[in-house]
Amino acid sequence: MNRERACIVGAFEHPTRKAPDKSIAQLHAEVANGALADAGIAREDVDGYFCSADAPGMGPTSLVDYLNLKPRYVDSTDIGGASYLALVSHAARAIETGRCNVALITLAGRPRSEGMATGTAPRMRNPSQPDFQWEYPYGITNVNGYAMCAKRHMHEFGTTGEQLAWVKVAASHHAQHNPHAMLRKVLTVQDVLDSPMVADPLHRFDCCVISDGGGALVMTRPEIAKTLKRPVVRVIGAAETVKHQAGGDIDLTYSGAAMTGPLAFAEAGVRPQDIKYASIYDSFTITVLMQLEDLGFCRKGEGGRFVADGNLIAGVGKLPVNTDGGGLCNNHPANRGGMTKVIEAVRQLRGEAHPAVQVPDCDLALAHGTGGQLATRHGSATLILERA
Amino acid sequence: MSDIASKGTRSIPAPQVNPETEAFWKAAEEGRFLVRSCRACGRTHWYPRAVCPFCASEDTEWRAASGLGTVYSFSPVRQTSEPYVIAYVTLDEGATMLTNIVGCAPDDVRIGQRVSVLFHPSVDGPPVPVFRPHDGERP
Repeated sequence: MNRERACIVGAFEHPTRKAPDKSIAQLHAEVANGALADAGIAREDVDGYFCSADAPGMGPTSLVDYLNLKPRYVDSTDIGGASYLALVSHAARAIETGRCNVALITLAGRPRSEGMATGTAPRMRNPSQPDFQWEYPYGITNVNGYAMCAKRHMHEFGTTGEQLAWVKVAASHHAQHNPHAMLRKVLTVQDVLDSPMVADPLHRFDCCVISDGGGALVMTRPEIAKTLKRPVVRVIGAAETVKHQAGGDIDLTYSGAAMTGPLAFAEAGVRPQDIKYASIYDSFTITVLMQLEDLGFCRKGEGGRFVADGNLIAGVGKLPVNTDGGGLCNNHPANRGGMTKVIEAVRQLRGEAHPAVQVPDCDLALAHGTGGQLATRHGSATLILERA
Repeated sequence: MSDIASKGTRSIPAPQVNPETEAFWKAAEEGRFLVRSCRACGRTHWYPRAVCPFCASEDTEWRAASGLGTVYSFSPVRQTSEPYVIAYVTLDEGATMLTNIVGCAPDDVRIGQRVSVLFHPSVDGPPVPVFRPHDGERP
């Protein structure tokens, strides 16, 4: 498709990881200010607003009111933590078709202050949800759902707990350089294996952090982007889907990335081996391993060998992943990791990651998100981003 | 078949029954395990739906299931006051369902293990189908 690609021109990650003294709307306003200041765009110029359905209020309405915006385009798509990658894609389409010129995307939440048992307690959802009565009684939680994926992956492909632990080890190597990261201690494989078992085979350190905070992005048309002082990042490929249980034909060994990866690569006209940096959703270590396979960075079943021995560590391995420390060590604001995935990819493409983890000449990056229950019912969204 | 599963399993919250699924839970109260099958394409799906998820036919019906299946995956959950084993079981009828494994030590559950259905009471609701290691007898 021959078209002028929409650009990301502003990105901001809230420095807080615990905000008991702030409201969620206030955090949205603060990240909006941060991203607009980063872009050098006035708030009055925002004419498209994007958030997900977790934002307080009906869709985007309460936050548009609170922020006092005047949008002519709004979207509150919710596919969990993957929403923010899908919203970048939706904002790009809206910009490219003239529905808006400047899109603002915000995320904020306070699960840490509110004491949510994010991963380990069954969550009471809408009883009209058709799957609810068939799942809630059995005590399905985030962590044991992901654990069953890991168990099956181990059974079919011989993946080991040590290999999963390498994903956390890589994140910790990156997080040591991030002053805002929740877990800055460099971990070993043994540290991960020695941490308490939460849902077999996942240990505590196989899980992401629970943090307050948020982030925001500003996107615009390329001709406006050129007038700004910041490096410009183009969205050159995007795809989204929902992976599910297929009427009972359940396969826990692959995710929606198996569909969105190839679609996004085809649109961008690039291949996995061209990618210099990847932000890979890391709610749990197994999430990363499975998505890397599905996105085509290695063959199905070889994810364990691919992530081992530091292969995801910047300056050490072949594919630097989540150089901010990711959700596993840095930040997982509002239990939704998609926003920070895009933000770190933007930093890498601008050459503004921490010098210890900056990928040399990083001109092509991928960001991918998985929101919901891995392999059984989740949103999946992939972005291919290019330095303009 | 509505015997109570082994002690130590967690208390199960009541399933939220709706008009589409009422017959399933009524049968469960009588100790019968049903699946939903399609008269048009012949396939059995899970979870039960009035409209076939495979061919979209509205010509579906409840059928008595064998109650036998195989563990597809599982996870023992120990960091809780009432430890339990969550699992996906592939029914002999072909569909895979979320459930709990009871009646054995969590360390004795295996992928590929044969299991059979039994019903576990829920709190103020119909009993829910769970599975235990199959000893070769009909469930």
